[in-house]
Amino acid sequence: MQLVLFFVLALLAVAGAVGVVLSKNAVYSALALLLNFAVLAVFYIMLNAQFLGVVQVIVYAGAIVVLFLFVIMLIGGQLAPDALTAGSRRPARVVALIAGLVALAGLAYGLVSGALAPQTGQVQGSGSVQAIGRVLFTDYLLPFELASVLLLVAMIGAVVLARKPTKS
Amino acid sequence: MTLPTLDLVVLLPQLIVLTAALLVLVVDGLSGARSWLLAGISLVALLAAGAAAIWLSLQPGEPRRLQAMAVADGFALLFDVVIVVAAVLGVLLAYQSIPRISQQVGSYYALLLLAVVGMMTMGAALDLIVVFLALEILSLALYILAGFNRSEPRSAEASLKYFLLGAFASAFFLYGAALVYGATASLNLEAIAAALAGGSRSPAMLYLGIALLIVGFGFKVALVPFHMWTPDVYPGAPTPVTAFMSAATKAAAFAAFLRLFLTALPTAQPTWSWALAVLAAVTMTLGNVAALRQRELKRMLAYSSIAHAGYAAVGLVAGTAQGAGAVLFYLLAYAFMNVGAFGVVAALERAGEYDVARGRLAGLSERQPALAAAMAIFMFSLTGIPPFAGFFGKLYVFGAAVAAGWGWLVVIGVINSVISAYYYLQVTVEMYFAAPAAEAPAAAAAGKKGRAVAKAAAPSPAPEEGKAAPAPLSRATAAAVLAAALGTVLIGVLPALLTGWIAQAVQGIF
Repeated sequence: MQLVLFFVLALLAVAGAVGVVLSKNAVYSALALLLNFAVLAVFYIMLNAQFLGVVQVIVYAGAIVVLFLFVIMLIGGQLAPDALTAGSRRPARVVALIAGLVALAGLAYGLVSGALAPQTGQVQGSGSVQAIGRVLFTDYLLPFELASVLLLVAMIGAVVLARKPTKS
Repeated sequence: MTLPTLDLVVLLPQLIVLTAALLVLVVDGLSGARSWLLAGISLVALLAAGAAAIWLSLQPGEPRRLQAMAVADGFALLFDVVIVVAAVLGVLLAYQSIPRISQQVGSYYALLLLAVVGMMTMGAALDLIVVFLALEILSLALYILAGFNRSEPRSAEASLKYFLLGAFASAFFLYGAALVYGATASLNLEAIAAALAGGSRSPAMLYLGIALLIVGFGFKVALVPFHMWTPDVYPGAPTPVTAFMSAATKAAAFAAFLRLFLTALPTAQPTWSWALAVLAAVTMTLGNVAALRQRELKRMLAYSSIAHAGYAAVGLVAGTAQGAGAVLFYLLAYAFMNVGAFGVVAALERAGEYDVARGRLAGLSERQPALAAAMAIFMFSLTGIPPFAGFFGKLYVFGAAVAAGWGWLVVIGVINSVISAYYYLQVTVEMYFAAPAAEAPAAAAAGKKGRAVAKAAAPSPAPEEGKAAPAPLSRATAAAVLAAALGTVLIGVLPALLTGWIAQAVQGIF
């Protein structure tokens, strides 16, 4: 049952990813990205990482895709089509295609030969909100606090950059 | 569920600086930004943090730890001292020039202090997540500081370029950390070492992870070929920022670099030391050769700083305690001499100017003999001429590399030192022997040590580009240059004061 679900969803995820790259309209690209993100959220839940799944939906599928769409709307949905499809891009495309295929072959080889086999470890508890909260406020307290410092820096920076420059 | 006990003393230097950063923000909002008060709080906090680091390093017994996340060992604390040196000099340099380009002086000092918090945490981190967060804190603060001159488009360009490439490098670092985690099932440096002790089950993943980590760190310390941002960001950023970031970022990134590779990945050393040796050789050569052709001081120093990242990397290639200690010594010497050199550039700078042409140095020995003498000291030290700090830095780094069997790398390093002598000494020659250009009289009139906060200097009658004359040398800038020169000479004359201490401190990371 899970295996069937996985393959159906995996197909959807890949379709979404391909759609991002292939669609000529930037709005469609963003929507295809949304599909991809949503399917990934389901994967996380299947892996027993409920919290990650919910965060994926809220942050990526919600906030980030909406942000993308806002930007696309602001700068115009028809993003200079000739810039994306012009023949001058062909060498870059070939290089990207070759690099992608090499990466794919390496990945396939690694998985088949076992060189890329991940360490298997006991998953502590599960990806539930409780488990993550417990770890976050005990073992990973310092990173949690550092993240708050990081946000402080970002906040000050946003204020600095948003103010109008004043000439003295 | 029991709450953990936290030994927050481990982070005492960071906490002092963080508190000061918040205080600066509050004071900035209250009193209508008294510039001296903000700079004073920053300086006191930095000196207190340095004192705290030294006090902690003198504590007997095992180094204290904060869970499995951070440690206050001699290695971390000495790097704290290096960062404090660069930051104190950076604050002194900023005192005069930042109010000229921006009214948000409080934000400037707050961001600088927050960057210091991130840098200090890099050296103390025992966990890849902490390393990453600290790296992001310091990077984000520096992206903004680089673009602090809002009326100068090149400053914005520097900021944006640094941000885009830096975000890219952070992604590489994160991917590398994730792959190392996949190969070892741990993010803790000591646990990674333990997991690798019996050989890795998935070497491909591990080596890919290490390669990506090298890319991430290589960007931060500006190793070729990850250096492309440096020649644009260093001249574009306001000079006090450049001075601070050139020394402090290198120190912080090398601290984490050394600890990660020597503590967590010693079993993979034969592999990564070769990769790093090649990078170091290319970095030294390209940095120095490119610096030869520069006609502007900040850009020249940017390429020279790339070359110096290469020299420091030689110590990491050695991979021994001797090498790690040599890197620490080198970066301390570098903090004094390089920030000092940028301080002289800041003193020569004119309002609204992008970079200082080297011709401006002509005849400096007559106009401002003290400044010229200081610049000469920094240039000799950067070249590696005894008895200045830079000589012993290079001596120890190359000595450690020879002892570890990297003779060919040292040969390349020495050849590069000779190449670098050309452009460093040319600066000295220009100061002492070149005929002063037409701009000399105007500059000489304004050249006396003047009042502390100089307003943007009035446009002088007929300098060649029609730009403002350099502002009078402020006391703060003069103090920074003097302190840097004293440090450079003192370390050079009495290196033995530090070497014993450093040798003991670096034992902790093995």
